[in-house]
Amino acid sequence: MTAIETNSIGKVKMTARDVRVFYGDNEAIHGVDLDVMENEVIAFIGPSGCGKSTFLRCLNRMNDTIDICRVTGSIKMDGRDIYDPSLDVVQLRAQVGMVFQKPNPFPKSIYENIAYGPRLHGLASRKSELDDVVESSLRRAGLWNEVKDRLDQPGTGLSGGQQQRLCIARSIAVSPDVILMDEPCSALDPIATSIIEELIDELKQNFTIVIVTHNMQQAARVSDRTAFFHLGDLIEIGATNEVFTNPINKRTEDYITGRYG
Amino acid sequence: MSNFSLIVLLLALMAIGYQLGMVRSRKVATVNPQQKMHSRPHHYGMMVGLWAVIPAFFILVLWTLLSPGVINGMVAAQLPAEALAAEGLTADVIMRRISNLATNFGVVAEAEQWELAAAAYMQQLQTSSALLLTGLMAAIAAAGLFFSFKRIQPHLRARHQIERTVKAVLIICSTVAILTTIGIVLSMVGETIKFFSFIPPADFFLGTTWNPRFSTTGVAEGSLTGSQGSFGLLPLLSGTMMIAGIALLVAIPLGLMVAIYLAEYAPASFRATAKPIIEVLAGIPTIVYGFFALVTVGPFLADFGASIGLTIRATSALTAGVVMGIMIVPFISSLSDDIITQVPKALRDASLGLGATKSETIRKVVLPAALPGIVGAVLLAASRAIGETMIVVLAAGNSPTLTANPFEAVSTITVSIVNQLTGDNDFASPQTLVAFALGLTLFVITLLLNIVALVVVRKYREQYE
Repeated sequence: MTAIETNSIGKVKMTARDVRVFYGDNEAIHGVDLDVMENEVIAFIGPSGCGKSTFLRCLNRMNDTIDICRVTGSIKMDGRDIYDPSLDVVQLRAQVGMVFQKPNPFPKSIYENIAYGPRLHGLASRKSELDDVVESSLRRAGLWNEVKDRLDQPGTGLSGGQQQRLCIARSIAVSPDVILMDEPCSALDPIATSIIEELIDELKQNFTIVIVTHNMQQAARVSDRTAFFHLGDLIEIGATNEVFTNPINKRTEDYITGRYG
Repeated sequence: MSNFSLIVLLLALMAIGYQLGMVRSRKVATVNPQQKMHSRPHHYGMMVGLWAVIPAFFILVLWTLLSPGVINGMVAAQLPAEALAAEGLTADVIMRRISNLATNFGVVAEAEQWELAAAAYMQQLQTSSALLLTGLMAAIAAAGLFFSFKRIQPHLRARHQIERTVKAVLIICSTVAILTTIGIVLSMVGETIKFFSFIPPADFFLGTTWNPRFSTTGVAEGSLTGSQGSFGLLPLLSGTMMIAGIALLVAIPLGLMVAIYLAEYAPASFRATAKPIIEVLAGIPTIVYGFFALVTVGPFLADFGASIGLTIRATSALTAGVVMGIMIVPFISSLSDDIITQVPKALRDASLGLGATKSETIRKVVLPAALPGIVGAVLLAASRAIGETMIVVLAAGNSPTLTANPFEAVSTITVSIVNQLTGDNDFASPQTLVAFALGLTLFVITLLLNIVALVVVRKYREQYE
């Protein structure tokens, strides 16, 4: 067990070194080195197919569910290798939650959607504790006032933006350290998007957030740091205002000024 | 000319009309180069072919339906009145004798002079009827061909006519299927009402004894079971439900496990091979399952029962139920497999992303989402089990007693129908008519199950998306 690293901008939560991802024989990510700091919002941007979502899915080993997908290199969380065979992937995923591109509530009631994770992991032993977890998760996702009178109704009946906040509440309910968001607003309208963005800003008090986005304004608005991916390479990473106002790499500049993408 | 050769001729005419129409439309197109033809040449060809054949075909159908009645009427009008009175026979029987003579089929007893005369007259009428039909059809076919041929013009919407014909053919086909169902039900309802004129419905639906064999209508007092026999449905219904229940107890767990393995765990290549092999189970003739039950499963269950101190008959509800359960496994596994595969990957990802294991995900997310569809599959399998006959005939012991012991021999509704309709039948006795009442009961039960299945499946469609 290595000591938890720190560097000039704070405490390191996750470190990735020389991460390569293969789909069959096809290498989709060519050796990415990247640190995720504790309680920061880090955005991954880049054109479609650049590998940003694939890399994100390495961080909680969701790529394991794809048969032909293979990951090499090392990814550590709090100094521990998450690809270590002795590590239980189930516990990893409880620590690293995920919010998907398309809102995917279970076809169960709103209450059951939130209670699902805590029940799995035995986080609440009594009904009243579970009720508390459900309420606090919904409150932190800013959804409580909208749904408190209809917790027994199906989560699929909510609007798209509410569904996505329900999914965020669902992942908060298992108290993860890190939340991965894979283009969480791409299926939402501008108003729902701005609500989610405000929510991300609040959540970073307690969680480390990694967000993949197509929307450069969104990356600029919500993130502390930004990483630009292109064709499976990490091209540039830095403080968001630096990357957007004064990019080092020509390709980053071309992308954020809209010359391709 | 026989109807068959007429139909062959019509088909040949259709081919000729098709060619003529195509040639004509091409010619019309070259004559009017400035006007664009509305349809393609083969549409015009098809239109001419159809016009040549369809009206003539309708004449053929009508003629075939109506002419026997007309001919019989004409022959009957010619019969000498005194002969009819003297014979004291019904007109039906006489007409049957005459038509047998006319077709050289021969009759019992020597034919009377007047009968021979009538037969000759009938033969003559039939010959001229056939000639008349051929002539009429030729005329109508020629007229249809000629006028539709003449009508080919650039603005003629032949393509739309073809579309309308196709639609009409499709409507006729679906009507045939629907009318057949209605016809089956009506014929059963008629016979069932006749049955209930012998036996009160209450005795049938609530009776606890089934013993129709040893008595016939009209047998007086002193016969074994009274004059009517006992037609209680309950022993048969309980046997049917018990066997179907045992079959489902076997098939639901087995089928669901198979489906879950195939859909969630099996590699794609294994699934591609295993699924058709499992589906073969549904294609094995049920009589073969019957042998299997009788020769293998029954004795095995009896020996097994003996070894643990249970008396299990070789032919029992258990034997039939277990074998039937194996038969309906593919109904459940195949449909459920399709339904489980359709549950969106997003739901699985959501569950896995929260730290659920694979089996937790299947139990808590995938199966609940697929449940309504699975219920539909189970109900379809259940109606198959309730209607199944051959396995039960061979393996259930054919003993219509009201029992709750699955190790005993029982009988079912389907088996009783077979028993009542096998051998010499008199379709005016309750012994035979009861088969229709049983059939209708069975039909209503499976219909209700199917309706429930449909409603459940429809509800399932609204679940996600």
